[in-house]
Amino acid sequence: MTSREKILQQIKLNKPAETPFPETTRFDSLYENTEEKFIETLTAIYTEVIVVKDLAELARKADELYASVANRATTIPALSNWADFSLNNPDPHALELIEIAILQAEFGVAENGAIWISDAHLPHRALPFITQNLAFVIPRKAIVNNMHDAYERLTETTGWGCFISGPSKTADIEQSLVIGAHGARSLVIFLLEEA
Amino acid sequence: MSKAIIEHSVASETFNKDEPYVDWHDETLWFVRQKRDKSSKLLPEWEQLRETASGIKNYVLSHMDELLIAFEQKAKENGIHIHWAADAAEHNEIVLNLLKQNNIDKMVKSKSMLTEECHMNEFLSKSGIEVIDTDLGERIVQLRNEPPSHIVLPAIHLKKKDIGDLFHEHLGTEAGATDPQYLTEAARQHLRDKFLTRRAALTGVNFAIAETGGFVVSTNEGNADMGAHLADIHIASMGFEKIIPKQKDLAVFLRLLARSATGQPITTYSSHFKKPREGQEMHIIIVDNGRTTQLGRADFRNSLKCIRCGACMNTCPVYRRSGGHSYHNAVAGPIGSILAPNLDMTKNADLPFASTLCGSCSNVCPVKIDIHDQLYKWRQVLVKGGHVPQAKELGIKAMSVVLSQPRFYQWSGRLGRSLMRTIPFVVNNGMNPWFKQREMPEPPKESFRDWYIRNRKE
Repeated sequence: MTSREKILQQIKLNKPAETPFPETTRFDSLYENTEEKFIETLTAIYTEVIVVKDLAELARKADELYASVANRATTIPALSNWADFSLNNPDPHALELIEIAILQAEFGVAENGAIWISDAHLPHRALPFITQNLAFVIPRKAIVNNMHDAYERLTETTGWGCFISGPSKTADIEQSLVIGAHGARSLVIFLLEEA
Repeated sequence: MSKAIIEHSVASETFNKDEPYVDWHDETLWFVRQKRDKSSKLLPEWEQLRETASGIKNYVLSHMDELLIAFEQKAKENGIHIHWAADAAEHNEIVLNLLKQNNIDKMVKSKSMLTEECHMNEFLSKSGIEVIDTDLGERIVQLRNEPPSHIVLPAIHLKKKDIGDLFHEHLGTEAGATDPQYLTEAARQHLRDKFLTRRAALTGVNFAIAETGGFVVSTNEGNADMGAHLADIHIASMGFEKIIPKQKDLAVFLRLLARSATGQPITTYSSHFKKPREGQEMHIIIVDNGRTTQLGRADFRNSLKCIRCGACMNTCPVYRRSGGHSYHNAVAGPIGSILAPNLDMTKNADLPFASTLCGSCSNVCPVKIDIHDQLYKWRQVLVKGGHVPQAKELGIKAMSVVLSQPRFYQWSGRLGRSLMRTIPFVVNNGMNPWFKQREMPEPPKESFRDWYIRNRKE
């Protein structure tokens, strides 16, 4: 008998009597203003949220914020003039040089400040982690209340996706919070008013 | 690391020698527990969430085989290779073979308590494979050649100075440096090099989803993603109990996990893997290693609902004052003390006794495991099975003789009270374990029984 058969057979023999699935598995969060809550949560975890009117203002802001930075990459066509690093190389190791990446993300969650990003909008899964600094662009309207609402949006997921909430951090040395463990050292969220 | 087992009580005595250090350890973990309290109270539906999570996990326990079969099928359709391991040895062999087949002798790993349980690093290293732990806390304990002392905070038992000295020796940081920012930066550079040069990455699995065949890995540092997305092969090791039915159930668990663990609303990264990226191989190893046995023990199967948040450890008055290593098991603290005897009753018979049974662990558990009740039940199983030391067993037998005979009990009480009053040194000495770190109570003049009889007569 293979281990698979052995394990499944043992489980069948040993599992408890049938228990029904719980009736209620989702809860509503009532935030008067989801955007306010979203910004408040992200600010508390060292993340700046900037509202921009349109793609032209996004480009101006990007220039302003990252004026002296080289090795910029983006997945947003309107910023192609701003970026000097091509994402065409199929080898993810090449991304090691990127200092700042501005990426299209899908939506945010007010309750915990998490942004959903997936390989629907990414040429490389490693990109949001390997870049030294990170920025996401999401439509201003795309903020949901809580994780239950988030998964209602995520019925069709791609091969890979991630909720990212703030810059990479650790508190493994005497519980002192340090920003910038392995992933991005900083995170900025651009809320785009009109696409 | 397989070292000779020192009993919990003896190991904690050593830990307790440095009083200010124990106080610091205690306060640090209590601080994490308080963050959990604050964060949980921000959600009005917190208790309902716990109830729901517990209900979903009960459903999982009673449908385990069907869920695993559905998961396997979906995952295969997604292009993931599935392996089944009956025990730790088989798990380790599978990992070794995957590496050998691809001529790989160096691997990065993100935190996985299951591979600690399987003693995988030790096994692979004997076969010439170098495994680098990439979670900062895990890397620290790995460089010290010791196991993690906490499942979420692996190096919580160490001070800045210990880590400064360690990094000076291994990573060439300045002697005497203790700044966490500086030390973390050194580790970032050191580990970035590993991420960029390793062709295999192993991660744990926080949740596996039967509906989609995907799995979720949660970290704050991003190390699981750095490893997995740069490597040619991603191996994910999971205990089979990590399965949940549907993707939307993640909402319940992700709302509970980080809040219970550290007080954060969610971990920085919650990565959902479903298909390998182009050109990459993805493998999942589904591990039993005693879990089917625990599933069959009606009194203890609820321990398989655990989502490894560590809240029970942070709140446990015994864990906080004895340190994770005193539990000599991959998972320490209250939940570890329920899981460990399932793996080996003889080796781990001491652990269910390392508890005050105060119930704090059960009160904070996000999936409502009856932890302290299970600890109490294990004690009975272990004594009946003859797994506890003779002295403890004799003590329990003596107590049972005294307590089952009212006249003998009354006489012993009288004798005890009078001895404590007239010759206190017979109890106030080092031979009496109750006297350690404790004043003996002042004996009352009469027993409650005598008082009651006297007052009833009046």
